[in-house]
Amino acid sequence: MRKYNIPHTFEFKSIIELYAQWIKDGTLKVNSDWNKDLKIKFTVQDPCNIGRKIGTNKIVDDLRFVVKAVVGEENFVDMVPNRSNNYCCGGGGGALQGGHTEQRRAYGKVKFDQIIETGAKYVITPCHNCHAQIEDMCHHYGGNYHTLHLWTIICLAMGVLGENERTYLGPDLAEFGLDIEGGIQ
Amino acid sequence: MAEAIKLQEFTCDFKDEVANRIPEANFDLCLTCGTCTGGCPASEQYGMDPRKFLRMLLLGMDDEIKKSPWAWVCTMCGRCMSACPMKINIPKFVYNVRASWDRDKRPKGIRGSCDQHIKAGNAMGVPKEDFVFTVEDVANEIREASPEFSDLEITADRVGAYMALNQNSREPVTEPDELGPLWKILHRAKADWTYPTVMWGGENYCMFLADDEGWRYIMEEFVYHIEHNLKCKVVVNTE
Ligand code: SF4
Ligand code: SF4
Repeated sequence: MRKYNIPHTFEFKSIIELYAQWIKDGTLKVNSDWNKDLKIKFTVQDPCNIGRKIGTNKIVDDLRFVVKAVVGEENFVDMVPNRSNNYCCGGGGGALQGGHTEQRRAYGKVKFDQIIETGAKYVITPCHNCHAQIEDMCHHYGGNYHTLHLWTIICLAMGVLGENERTYLGPDLAEFGLDIEGGIQ
Repeated sequence: MAEAIKLQEFTCDFKDEVANRIPEANFDLCLTCGTCTGGCPASEQYGMDPRKFLRMLLLGMDDEIKKSPWAWVCTMCGRCMSACPMKINIPKFVYNVRASWDRDKRPKGIRGSCDQHIKAGNAMGVPKEDFVFTVEDVANEIREASPEFSDLEITADRVGAYMALNQNSREPVTEPDELGPLWKILHRAKADWTYPTVMWGGENYCMFLADDEGWRYIMEEFVYHIEHNLKCKVVVNTE
């Protein structure tokens, strides 16, 4: 829109800014009690589009705020480097559909090593492309982490994650919060 | 002794062409420091890296640049530029290299997704009706499965909704169950939102394809729908 100077009156927002705003003003009630004893470690992939490319760390800082609110500050491990200085996962720019698979995976090795370095069991990826690439890296290089959409972990923390919404959770959380009937506790 | 290169003999047509399109690109200011290459995960793929690619532009090696598949390995992530002491816009340079390829020689996967988006409003080529049907179907399941969401209402093209949400079209097609968690959060937050059904895909393959015309068309259609039909105040990017 900026590129083409198309006039418009609406405002553009990232859902992540909204999550953060709703948690701060109490509209969205979340907490990290569920992970107090489990102590499962999470890291997060900063999508280039909401980090470096917008020229401020505002949204990626919101992302950290949201993640810490739902998994617990002590259970969040950042990658280095991160935020506006992060490495692209290698799935951007259409690479997942670009056909140069071997090169795309070599590109992603940088990200894979970064993830392994954190020791985290889960990588939260708010962008669909990053999710697909980081999952592919895990299979290809034999990682043992799981790749999650952000909304999955928010719903898990709120206790509203349905039985069929758990595709990307590992065995440790696959049934967490479900009662024996399969409904939500 | 080796003969000195005579600069005036260079013809750098492609460089002039790209520099015309992005006057702020500053290609000539490159110090060859290599900071870009040092921090680029695409370095060494196909024997290429950003500094080298830029050198080739400045040396007028137009054919070699346009032939190199590396333009499709670089993700245009912008890390090089943000670290570059001269702020040289390598991502835009790469974008223009992509644009220099014949459209039908550009990667098939990206081109197909761009074409679908132009035609159907999303990269997966899902007809509008199917999208609305899937959404209603998943919403139904949630209403039945959990009493606390029995009043969950998902709308499409609801005029006057405060927010319009885009959605990556892979979700309704390949993993519709991933729609639910997002809706539950919005429901808990009592958000006033709707899905637009024009250009609703959150992805943007025409940008990756470097198809300016297609990209522009998608944006114009989308903006028109939001501004003139739905009159939403906010557009929310869900990824
Ligand atoms: S970082 Fe900038 S100045 Fe240094 S080699 Fe790369 S483009 Fe040239
Ligand atoms: S934009 Fe391309 S050249 Fe620059 S760091 Fe990213 S992948 Fe490397």
